[in-house]
Amino acid sequence: MDFPRSNRTKLSIREVEKSFQKEGSWLTVLHRVSLCAHPGEFIGILGPSGCGKSTLFNVLSGLTRKDLGTIAIDDKQVESGLGEVAYMQQKDLLFPWRTIRRNVLLGPEVSGDMSGATQGEAERLMARVGLKGFEDHYPTELSIGMRQRAALVRTLLLHKDILLLDEPFGALDAMTRSVMHRILLELWMEYHKTVLLVTHDVEEALLLSDRIYLLTARPATMRGEITVSLPRPRRVVDSRFVNLKGEILELLQGELEKVFG
Amino acid sequence: MTKKILYPAVLLLMGILVWELAVRHMQVPHYILPAPSQIVKTLILRQSLLIHHSFVTLEEIIVGFALAFVVGVGLAFLMFQFPVLERTFYPMVIGSQTVPVFAIAPLLVLWFGYGLPSKVVMAALIVFFPIVVNTLDGLKCADPDAVNLLRILKANRWQILWKVRVPSSLPFVFSGCKIGVSVSTIGAIIGEWVGSNEGLGYLMLHANAQMEISLIFASLLYLTALGVGLFYLVVLIERWAMPWKKSSEIGS
Repeated sequence: MDFPRSNRTKLSIREVEKSFQKEGSWLTVLHRVSLCAHPGEFIGILGPSGCGKSTLFNVLSGLTRKDLGTIAIDDKQVESGLGEVAYMQQKDLLFPWRTIRRNVLLGPEVSGDMSGATQGEAERLMARVGLKGFEDHYPTELSIGMRQRAALVRTLLLHKDILLLDEPFGALDAMTRSVMHRILLELWMEYHKTVLLVTHDVEEALLLSDRIYLLTARPATMRGEITVSLPRPRRVVDSRFVNLKGEILELLQGELEKVFG
Repeated sequence: MTKKILYPAVLLLMGILVWELAVRHMQVPHYILPAPSQIVKTLILRQSLLIHHSFVTLEEIIVGFALAFVVGVGLAFLMFQFPVLERTFYPMVIGSQTVPVFAIAPLLVLWFGYGLPSKVVMAALIVFFPIVVNTLDGLKCADPDAVNLLRILKANRWQILWKVRVPSSLPFVFSGCKIGVSVSTIGAIIGEWVGSNEGLGYLMLHANAQMEISLIFASLLYLTALGVGLFYLVVLIERWAMPWKKSSEIGS
């Protein structure tokens, strides 16, 4: 189920550094973080909780300025990915005062592209993720899994090549999460998006990613990189899967000890 | 729902019954405390008088509330958009609230006259505070992540204000309106007490001077009905304006 990948780089981050001033002293959150993603590649970013993964995404999306380092999108240097990336969090961030349809169309509405094609795409995507019949419901009337699916549709409808997913399924139960994994993989393959997925769940990273970057505890820095060449759909009981998982857990062990003592 | 109405209704009826019996049994003079039956009689006999004065007070309250709403919401938006205005006006808004309206009522009558304007200003002064404070809080408390979501979309300042801050401030605005409308009667009545020749407040003073205590009670009933009616009107508008809120979250 893999498809040929080009050698061009969609997104590259080099030696990015970010510190915050806290009570008079400087706290380094990102320390010389580098990574790259090819077009259509699914990148997992694994690291202990609170290691600065969200800061990395805030820098990439333009919400926070980096101190040092370079970011390039399509081989062009940029200050940040503002306007070039879509960002999805653990919180679904659906607006309670909007129906599901108006929520998923938030991006096109802001950018002024409410064409018939876009609206048709929204209807199709909502049906695709099982939200048919709920288009005119308010978010509070939906289950947490359905809300997260709506958030995923909204993220896709931002029409950006790069998706930043910050532990998007962290709040879901195991069953719902596995459904979301399947939906995400299907849509990723159909839309050829470049995905960066932050997670602290090793299995999730292995199930989804083409490559996995390992981040250390704060300050976050790159600890290693693992290519997952298993065919999809992957199974957690596959012996190669189990071996890879063990390898990653060993690499992370030192970091986990730093965090949990 | 039946129990919700039944219990207070039974209590009220029992209270009225005790009142009626006590007044008859102890032969309380009607110019001290009239019996409920007498008040009902007044309600029927003086109906047109009561309705006339109620409309005067209602007009004062509605115009005063509308004035406070427009100025209050407008000022809250300006203070939110321009922090320098917040620093300038906010202490004054709070300061204005510490001055009792009773104390400045004579001045307002002096400046705005015996008619409608002085009562409108008085009601507006009381209603203004909860509306401006709640609206400002509402604009500020929008979920920062929701604001960031729009920033990532390169939304401009007005889009963020209109698509996130305004809708998320609505529950606060309506809280302010509900508090405001509940106290709005105070302003109108004080205004009428200090100087007027119309309205329920005037009618009560007049009845007091004539020892028509049952007319005071009748006026109070009309005033209460006005206040409660206006409160539920705000609740109805709130439900209409925020269809995404379940009705159980509103009004209780």
